[in-house]
Amino acid sequence: MTRPRFDNPTEDPVAARIALTLIAVLFIGLFLLLPLVVVFSQALSTGFAAARAAILEPDALSAVRLTLITAAIAVPLNMVFGVSAAWAVAKFDFRGKSVLTTLIDLPFSVSPVVAGLIYVLVFGLQGWLGPWLRAHDIKIIFALPGIVLATIFVTFPFVARELIPLMTDQGRDEEEAAVSLGATGLQTFFRVTLPNVKWGLLYGVLLCNARAMGEFGAVSVVSGHIRGLTDTMPLHVEVLYNDYQYVGAFAVASLLALLALVTLALKSLLEWRYADEIAAVHRH
Amino acid sequence: MSLVIDSIVKSFGRFPALKGVSFTVPQGALVALLGPSGSGKTTLLRILGGLEAPDSGDVRFADLNWLSVPARERRAGFVFQHYALFRHMTVAQNIAFGPSVRPRRERPSRADIARRVEELLDLVQLPGLGGRYPSQLSGGQRQRVALARALAIEPRMLLLDEPFGALDAKVRKDLRGWLRSLQERLGITTVFVTHDQDEAFAIADLVAVMNAGAIEQYGTPQDVMRAPRTPFVADFLESGSNRLDA
Repeated sequence: MTRPRFDNPTEDPVAARIALTLIAVLFIGLFLLLPLVVVFSQALSTGFAAARAAILEPDALSAVRLTLITAAIAVPLNMVFGVSAAWAVAKFDFRGKSVLTTLIDLPFSVSPVVAGLIYVLVFGLQGWLGPWLRAHDIKIIFALPGIVLATIFVTFPFVARELIPLMTDQGRDEEEAAVSLGATGLQTFFRVTLPNVKWGLLYGVLLCNARAMGEFGAVSVVSGHIRGLTDTMPLHVEVLYNDYQYVGAFAVASLLALLALVTLALKSLLEWRYADEIAAVHRH
Repeated sequence: MSLVIDSIVKSFGRFPALKGVSFTVPQGALVALLGPSGSGKTTLLRILGGLEAPDSGDVRFADLNWLSVPARERRAGFVFQHYALFRHMTVAQNIAFGPSVRPRRERPSRADIARRVEELLDLVQLPGLGGRYPSQLSGGQRQRVALARALAIEPRMLLLDEPFGALDAKVRKDLRGWLRSLQERLGITTVFVTHDQDEAFAIADLVAVMNAGAIEQYGTPQDVMRAPRTPFVADFLESGSNRLDA
């Protein structure tokens, strides 16, 4: 006796499944994988030695150094800002909270070029503080401080945005429990609040770092493009590309792409390694 | 060393949560705050625990102006409705939290804390579960971990917010009998919040029936049951404990 066959009620027809999968694979391949492959293949088009030479050239090395220094300053600062802002927004009620939330999102909605221009208008030679800064021999625009400021502005929301929903979701119960058990504010923060969001924080910091190293628009406005001095990696790629030095441009671009890949790999590795603990923190 | 609550007033914005609540809890007694949701019982409990400050009124306990003692110095063992266990810590770390955040010179040694954690795990009948995370426990087990954590600070009073609210009927009955005998043995003055009159009458020495921010009646379970003093109390008892106001 053959049993009657029923379609699984939660399953789509085979044709639809294949079509959707194909579209997804094609899209990812065309718009994400192919460009990545092109970057690396262009960089290596005249051999590994040429790419290596392009990266070890002094201006390129200086760009790498500047990018690393900028990220090393901007990311920890944004980590502190982001955690403080998320903590205030998620755990406390106060006047102007929605204003603060909107301000945190501002860098996402403002074009990075505008962000850069703001700093030029404030700190530039013709800007509000320009004369005073010049009188005191402080250089901000067309120098490292300006690049760091612009980067901080653009990458500000990453950590806070990652943490606010997480912290709001977790509520204030555990903090209240900690206080009733005798913990001080600092003990509560470092032993209860922070450990509960450490994975979200790590993810936010990784994203923040990736963007800090890759930021182009805002940095381009404040940097002044002084080769070997105020060119970061993304700016250096553009300079090389405009000079028709394709191998060099793509070699430095590969380095940037590699940074992104390492970031993603690191995140996946951590998630895989600590899966149990992450699940424990997120479950109620 | 009784707990004297005197004319506590508290509002949230324009909503009056407590409109002048007064009563006295004798040393070592178990008092139930019984009432529908929104009657102010949890607010009163949070004021006793220092998690909320009243607009006016007084609380005296152990010869102290209780309201002027900061929450973290009150040593009021608070058990939250949803337990509020630290989810990134093991059961043992949860219980050890109170002793381990004390100022260095008052802090017991690591070995003493570990020993105390073992004792408390035995006391709440969860021996051997110290290495688990809260997410790996059942509701009833979490409940008892929360109690053990509160007991670890050698509390001067116990404050329980709907301690059995999230548990199923069978576990609820077992736990409440167990809690009562434990409380009697330890002799800690205890205030617990509930909307379930069966629960209140089954284990409390005294019941304070609350409605809309005021005490309707305060007395022994027998007195309240035999002679409801206001129409509200009579209605509330009448409508039974199966009301869906949780």
